[in-house]
Amino acid sequence: MLRFILRRTLGAIAILLVISAVTFFLFYAIPRNPALLACGKGVCTQEQLAVVEHNLGIDKPVPQQYIEYMSGLFIGRDFPAGSCPAPCLGFSFRDNRPVLDTILDRLPTTVSLTVGGALVFLVLGLAFGMLAAARRGTLLDKTMSSTSLVLSSMQIYFLGPLALAVLVHNTQLLPQPQYVPISEDPWGWFQGLLLPWLVLSTIFTANYTRLSRATLIEQLQEDHVRTAKAKGMAPRTVFFRYAWRGSLIPIVTIFGIDIGSLFGGAMITEYTFSLHGLGRLAVESVTQSNLPMLMGVMLFAALMIVLFNIVIDACYALIDPRVRLD
Amino acid sequence: MSTQESGPFLSVRDLRVHFPTDDGVVKAVDGLSFDVWRGKTLGIVGESGSGKSVANQAVLGLHNPKHTRISGEIHLEDQELTTAPERRLEQLRGNKVAMIFQDPLTALSPYYTVGRQIGEPFRKHRGASRKEARERTIDMLARVGIPHPARRVDDYPHQFSGGMRQRAMIAMALMCDPDLLIADEPTTALDVTVQAQILDLLMELQQEFGSAIIMITHDLGVVSRVSDDVLVMYAGRAVERGTAREVLGRPRHPYTWGLLSSMPRLRGDVGRDLVPIAGTPPSLLAPPPGCPFEPRCAFSDHVADPVDCATDRPALPEERGAACHLTAEQKRTIFAERIRPRLR
Amino acid sequence: MTSGTLSKDGATEGPGGSGAGAGTPLMTVRDLTKHFPVRAGFPFKRTVGAVRAVDGVDFTVHEGESFGLVGESGCGKSTTGRLLARLIDPTAGTISYRDRDITHAGRKEMAPIRSEIQMIFQDPYSSLNPRQTVGTIIRGPMEINGIDPPGGREARVRELLETVGLNPEHYNRFPHEFSGGQRQRIGVARALALEPKLIIADEPVSALDVSIQAQVVNLLKGVQRDLGIAFLFIAHDLAVVRHFSQRIAVMYLGRIVEVGERADIYERPRHPYTHALLSAVPEVDTGDTDAAGQGDAAPARERIRLQGDVPSPTDPPSGCRFRTRCWKAQQRCAAETPPLIRIGGNAEGHLTACHFPEEGTTLAH
Repeated sequence: MLRFILRRTLGAIAILLVISAVTFFLFYAIPRNPALLACGKGVCTQEQLAVVEHNLGIDKPVPQQYIEYMSGLFIGRDFPAGSCPAPCLGFSFRDNRPVLDTILDRLPTTVSLTVGGALVFLVLGLAFGMLAAARRGTLLDKTMSSTSLVLSSMQIYFLGPLALAVLVHNTQLLPQPQYVPISEDPWGWFQGLLLPWLVLSTIFTANYTRLSRATLIEQLQEDHVRTAKAKGMAPRTVFFRYAWRGSLIPIVTIFGIDIGSLFGGAMITEYTFSLHGLGRLAVESVTQSNLPMLMGVMLFAALMIVLFNIVIDACYALIDPRVRLD
Repeated sequence: MSTQESGPFLSVRDLRVHFPTDDGVVKAVDGLSFDVWRGKTLGIVGESGSGKSVANQAVLGLHNPKHTRISGEIHLEDQELTTAPERRLEQLRGNKVAMIFQDPLTALSPYYTVGRQIGEPFRKHRGASRKEARERTIDMLARVGIPHPARRVDDYPHQFSGGMRQRAMIAMALMCDPDLLIADEPTTALDVTVQAQILDLLMELQQEFGSAIIMITHDLGVVSRVSDDVLVMYAGRAVERGTAREVLGRPRHPYTWGLLSSMPRLRGDVGRDLVPIAGTPPSLLAPPPGCPFEPRCAFSDHVADPVDCATDRPALPEERGAACHLTAEQKRTIFAERIRPRLR
Repeated sequence: MTSGTLSKDGATEGPGGSGAGAGTPLMTVRDLTKHFPVRAGFPFKRTVGAVRAVDGVDFTVHEGESFGLVGESGCGKSTTGRLLARLIDPTAGTISYRDRDITHAGRKEMAPIRSEIQMIFQDPYSSLNPRQTVGTIIRGPMEINGIDPPGGREARVRELLETVGLNPEHYNRFPHEFSGGQRQRIGVARALALEPKLIIADEPVSALDVSIQAQVVNLLKGVQRDLGIAFLFIAHDLAVVRHFSQRIAVMYLGRIVEVGERADIYERPRHPYTHALLSAVPEVDTGDTDAAGQGDAAPARERIRLQGDVPSPTDPPSGCRFRTRCWKAQQRCAAETPPLIRIGGNAEGHLTACHFPEEGTTLAH
């Protein structure tokens, strides 16, 4: 198991190096002049442009820029406007502080949103799926299946404003969404994020209900489930110990694939509910042409996805001994 | 015999197992009766779709009741099983009646150790502790011939070879000293040398524990090796029954003749072609109203008027014999003159 | 020939030259070897071993004969078939077809030969494309090879359907409309479309019920007899092989342990493994002692029960591979690999790889 994690970590580092190179060249090497974008097309004088270029560090040749950028990741680097300690993802000239500091400020919001949202849809999706599979063919199953089909074809940017209008503004069933740090006020944290969680997880819940139902029904037909029944195990034991365990593998697989869309969904959710998380930060960086910030956020998101995938692989090993012992 | 006096251990009467589908009702088992005696082995032989597995899963109530219609009677000693509540069946399964399945790789869960899976029925039915179950499991693994049982008990099924997995399945079935063991094609997925080991083991264990065995198989050779009595099934019905010696040595049903003469053998003349049964088995959605074998039968024209094999369903005699309209004399002479020479 | 020891070459020349009486060699393999690398390790995977699926196999299939390859799962019989069909590349050894070395023949060199070697597979359900009609499936090989039979392709397909015992009117039906046995007939028709010289049949009847299996065995026998097509017939069922093949090789853990005429293998086997295999097959006891004589009755049969399982092909035993399960094994068996040769008492063309063979007179059954 230790070897397994070590191997995956080394692999992850390699992937991150590649991603960092790709983001670097995507953002710095390809646009004709990022400094011009940052400075403002048409209004920027030649002198101003030179200053911006110097501040951004792009007055140097590209290979040197890349070396400086990469070394910044490991040993930090100094900019004319201030220093950026390792790991330096870049330096934002808009607010004169290292990109990472801003990211870390925004991180708790996004983590609260995504982790909470994921918990909601995993718990609800799996529970609904189990219920539908156990009551297969009944009215309950059919209702849940058709409801989830309708919901899974929804969009967050449609659901979000709708829920906000109906549940908050019209009926005042839920408080206005906001982020309160959990350390300050856990109840406020929970209340403020309840609606964003529900909105973010609705579509996922619908999808995971359908997935969980389908894989469970498949598992219930497995030979080893029949064996369990044939040796006198109670229906509950057969269902949970034998069928359910096997149904987790495809769910974990799909969850691993969905992590990217989860971040995407979080971005829209943050924007919809004016939460100041990483998603919103990314959008702001684009509109403000804050390239170092955008790049930092991208690299950070990549890191999160890679880390999550290690967790996913560890989950496989926990569920299936064949993976563990290979 | 004393066993005869006390009656059969399992008695199935006019069993019907029907599956309603969108295309109609699949009559997988359609009026099946048989008896199983203590300490004896009943071989049930038939090709795929004959209903042999479906019928035996019905004995233990393994079909999903929502998608199955079962009628008839299944008596296990003095209990009626078709109407028994699920709790009752649960107490029987893996306890008084145990089952072994065809493919030991898929029949064991990949997620739990072999030991845990084998120990489960003992814990459930005997209320044994984890430790007691483990000890008994190790004993049982040793008994079915798994080397280093104390170590292998913690292995997962994929770490076992095919033969060892089937041994583990047998150990699991025997944990609670069942009175009846239903073995559904237990050696079909195995190599021939391993098959021989497993069949030997089953026979040995039967001697030791005195259980009744139902051996479900498509292989007449396996039936011949292990059975006291034989039941031949075709299209959801029994077409012939008797002792193994009678059914295999002096078969009386044209389908049994067909099975025997289409079977390649290790000795005898190879110059002649095998004699297959023409055509394919009937649809179970709309089985023929008369004898199910009539469309493939080469001898139905021997049956004298007014009996018509296509419309009159032949009855299977109670103790032994064939469900066929041919007269006893015709069956004897056709077999002696036309079938037996093919088997040499 | 490039490799193989002298004794091996000399030995296997035996059945090729005479014995079989089947005439000209069609396909010959020498020292055929296929190792599948096992890769593991950290941080960079490297080859740490090999599954020695086929490990030095020599045999010849003659024109028009049915050569049977029999053994238990994992013995390498299917891999051998795939090597001969050139679906995979051998690790070592040579394959020659009509005296031409095709071991490493490229696409171009193989083109004229491809149509002469066809395959039939085990599973009649997955080996036919469910979206194609029977006509399209059988016509496929003709189209790929650009062959236009006189009278047209469709007429040829109808003729083939009739040859394999299917209704030519079913030309436009889809595979799912047929039963398992009928699908296997479609597979046979497809294999026959190019008038092959050799058909490699990998477990062609093992997925079928016994009554249907007999139909297909008879069909294949007819094809072999009437069209003069040679067969490499790969099966685990000894009785089926006996009915279909004139010469049979018994494989164990990647090697041939015994090869010979049908009667040599089934009535006078010399290798202990062949004995064990034959005695493990459960035979129907028809109680038929009155006519066939006592010697034929099953109870007289000698019972041999092998212990344990087949060892792993990644790490096969030294010397004779069967020695770990053999009741006759001695020191020499571990030290020395027994060559596949004609041992004393064997008929011509009957080769056995054993240091301590069974008596030639011992009946296995």
